[in-house]
Amino acid sequence: MGMTITEKILAAHTEKDFVEPGEIIDAKIDLVLANDITAPLSIEEFEKAGAKKVFDPEKVVFVLDHFTPNKDVISAGNCKRIREFSKAYGISHCYEGGECGIEHALLPEQGLVVPGDVVIGADSHTCTYGAVGAFSTGMGSTDITYGMVMGRIWFKVPESIKFNCFGNWQKWVTGKDLILHIIGMIGVDGALYAAMEFSGEAITALSMDSRFAIANMAIEAGGKNGIFEVDEKTLAFIAGRGKRPHTIYRSDKDASYKEVHEIDVTGIGLKVACPSLPSNVKDVGELGNVAIDQVVIGSCTNGRMEDLEAAAQILKGKRVAKDVRCIVIPATPTIYREALKRGFFEVFLDAGCIISPPTCGPCLGGHMGILAKGERAVATTNRNFIGRMGHTESEVYLSGAAVAAASAIKGRIAHPDEVM
Amino acid sequence: MILKGRVWKFGDNIDTDIIIPAQYLAHTDPKVLGEHCMEPLRPGFNKEVRQGDIIVGGLNFGCGSSREHAPIAISALGIPLVIAKTFARIFYRNAFNKGLALLEADIIDLVDEGEEIEVDISSGTIKCNKKVVEAKPIPPFMEELINHGGLVKYLKKKLEEQNERI
Repeated sequence: MGMTITEKILAAHTEKDFVEPGEIIDAKIDLVLANDITAPLSIEEFEKAGAKKVFDPEKVVFVLDHFTPNKDVISAGNCKRIREFSKAYGISHCYEGGECGIEHALLPEQGLVVPGDVVIGADSHTCTYGAVGAFSTGMGSTDITYGMVMGRIWFKVPESIKFNCFGNWQKWVTGKDLILHIIGMIGVDGALYAAMEFSGEAITALSMDSRFAIANMAIEAGGKNGIFEVDEKTLAFIAGRGKRPHTIYRSDKDASYKEVHEIDVTGIGLKVACPSLPSNVKDVGELGNVAIDQVVIGSCTNGRMEDLEAAAQILKGKRVAKDVRCIVIPATPTIYREALKRGFFEVFLDAGCIISPPTCGPCLGGHMGILAKGERAVATTNRNFIGRMGHTESEVYLSGAAVAAASAIKGRIAHPDEVM
Repeated sequence: MILKGRVWKFGDNIDTDIIIPAQYLAHTDPKVLGEHCMEPLRPGFNKEVRQGDIIVGGLNFGCGSSREHAPIAISALGIPLVIAKTFARIFYRNAFNKGLALLEADIIDLVDEGEEIEVDISSGTIKCNKKVVEAKPIPPFMEELINHGGLVKYLKKKLEEQNERI
């Protein structure tokens, strides 16, 4: 019997020729990640275990992106602790200050994740790296401690669900709309414990940025990982970045899937996930008059060039509606610089947007754009749970960048065609 | 081990932002995390709950972020066990790693809020007022981890073995 990409990567990291769903394996890992929220707990457990070193200082990465620039004294203390730990154990990939970007945009951009890798991170959106053909998944701080010390971790080999996508993309529609469509279709536990494999001509047609957005939200369907086959676009992305040699895996024709979904993207329009679950998905046109107080364009889902470009196209020569705050958060310093060079900042500033340094910030209600009681936001982020961006009685609608930008102009949830 | 405790009922898809909102994540002190446990749904939950109480949930309990602060917050209130129809996978690993017991069983419609239930953790037998239910067995690998006293103790033992070899 054949294997899927996910199974092949896991088998290769377990020194086995074959693994199958349900099997518990002890796999070698290529990279371990934690951030300013999760690393402090990992460090505590590291000390409790009496560990003296990490398995490979080059393969442990800390990104201080959630509550930074430090939002308060406790957050500053957490970052200080991680900085000191990094120095003590020779961890060179500790990103903060002007080198810091949102972890799941930063790691692929810096070439720290390559095709065929196994990556674990103490952040649920670690599944993002499936876009480059790596197996990556989120875990808690204690599992990360184990990985940091041993360079291995246990997994249950997941069943795979295939999403075969064909047809032609409508204008403005991106990977975000596809993944919202899929989560709306299968639910927030529709892929529980499973690998979500995305393939087909419509996927080949997508940009890397869109693929990152899709893999990023696999967790919102309960998925263990999202994964894509490596193609020319992946190789072009990796070229000149990859810090280590890569291996390309493809699913066998006779690989076994728990489910196969055939999706014609031609019929997929711009989507919005309404409060308070990412599966509560509607077409933009279905919504009627939903007034908003804030727009956030950023995050590990949609803070990349493709997103900023769409927002700039729509906001050019327009103004953000009175009483609406539109916060633009380029995901990494490189994206920030590129947006600046291409004149997007001029467009955003002329439109009345706020430009934030790279941070997870408002996405998880940390800082840099918290909602008051009764306020409502449209965000290109990944979760709209109760109280996610602030007060328990505030609301978040999830969308792609085009809808977010159009909504900022109209002061209500809007389709880009209404302003272009 | 037999546990007896009052039931607190929660629904489907109880996410980690409900279990412990992100604004408190800079804290690592279990006491502080416990004070804000379930705050968005039940403000003051920490004051109502008693040592030994049991949380009962529906589908996909613990979905959302990877924050280990979630099982820590629940345990900090003296809650030893969560029973739910299904659990999100990261929460499942985290809970076992932090010593919070989980059982998969569909009892949410069988129990009343505040009802005292008796649970045999090892066998998975749950005695509710209306019915006795058998939970899905804990996977053998997880049981082995529990027998080692959790992942960190398991790691400590492995490191000690390595040192002895050197």
